[in-house]
Amino acid sequence: MADPMRIRAALSGEETTVRVLMSHPMEPGTRKDASGNTIPAHFIRDVEATHNGKTVLKAQFSGSVSQNPFLSFKFKGGAKGDKIVVKWSDNKGDSRTDEAAIA
Amino acid sequence: MNHSRRAAIKTTGALATLVSLGVITQSQAQAAVDRAAFDLKTLDDALKAVGGKPATSDQVTVVSPDIAENGAVVPVGATSKLPNTTEIFLIVEKNPMPLSCGFTIPAGTVAEVQTRLKMGQSTNVIAVVKADGKLYSATKETKVTLGGCGG
Repeated sequence: MADPMRIRAALSGEETTVRVLMSHPMEPGTRKDASGNTIPAHFIRDVEATHNGKTVLKAQFSGSVSQNPFLSFKFKGGAKGDKIVVKWSDNKGDSRTDEAAIA
Repeated sequence: MNHSRRAAIKTTGALATLVSLGVITQSQAQAAVDRAAFDLKTLDDALKAVGGKPATSDQVTVVSPDIAENGAVVPVGATSKLPNTTEIFLIVEKNPMPLSCGFTIPAGTVAEVQTRLKMGQSTNVIAVVKADGKLYSATKETKVTLGGCGG
C-alpha cells in the first residue's frame, strides 16, 4: 500500500480549491536501469475526486506525469467541513483512497 | 511488450471505426479518452485520439514555464474560459508518448487544472479543451535544461 495522499481543500468565496499530492513512483516504462534493463511501468492511471459523493474531477494520468503527482483544481458548491474524497488507481491494480475536510 | 502495443493500437482503431459507423457515440466511447491513446507515439495520433484537430482559441490558456531547469518536474496548468468545458487534455509534443493526462470536468467544477509533468527535451506544451463538443487548443513552448525521461 502506498503512502497517504496529502489533500488540502480551502474555501474562498464561492470556489473551493483542492490540492492533492499523491505519493507514487510514476515509472513511465521507458527508462532503463544501470545494466540496461527496462524498468517496468508503474504509474497512476485514474484519479477521481468526489465532494459529498458527487464527482468533481476525474483525471487520467500516463507515465509522463511527474513522480509524486500534484493536482490542483477548483469547484463551486463546497461548504466548510464538507468531505473531499480522492481515489487513485495505478496500472498494477493498486489503489488508495484518502479524504479531507474543506477548511 | 510490442505485442501489447499492437493490440492497444488495434483496439483504438476498432473503437474509431465503431464511432465513425455511429454504433457508439463519441461520449459513450470515451471516459475522457480511451486508455490506449496514452500509448500513442506521435502528436498527430494523440490529437486524433482526442477527437481531431483543435482550433486555436485565446480563451484557452496553457501555463508552463519558459524555461524548466528540471524536466522531471515541470508545473503545467490549463485554463479554459469557454462555457461548457467538459474535458482538458495536456499534451507534451516531444515526449515519447505525447498525450500526458486528461481531465473530465463535470458541471460545477472550474475549467482550471494544474499538475506537474515530465519533459524529455524542450518542447511545445499543448492544452486541448473540449467545450460544447468542439475542440480548442493553446500552445506554449517550454525550454528544458535537463531532460526528465531518463535514457
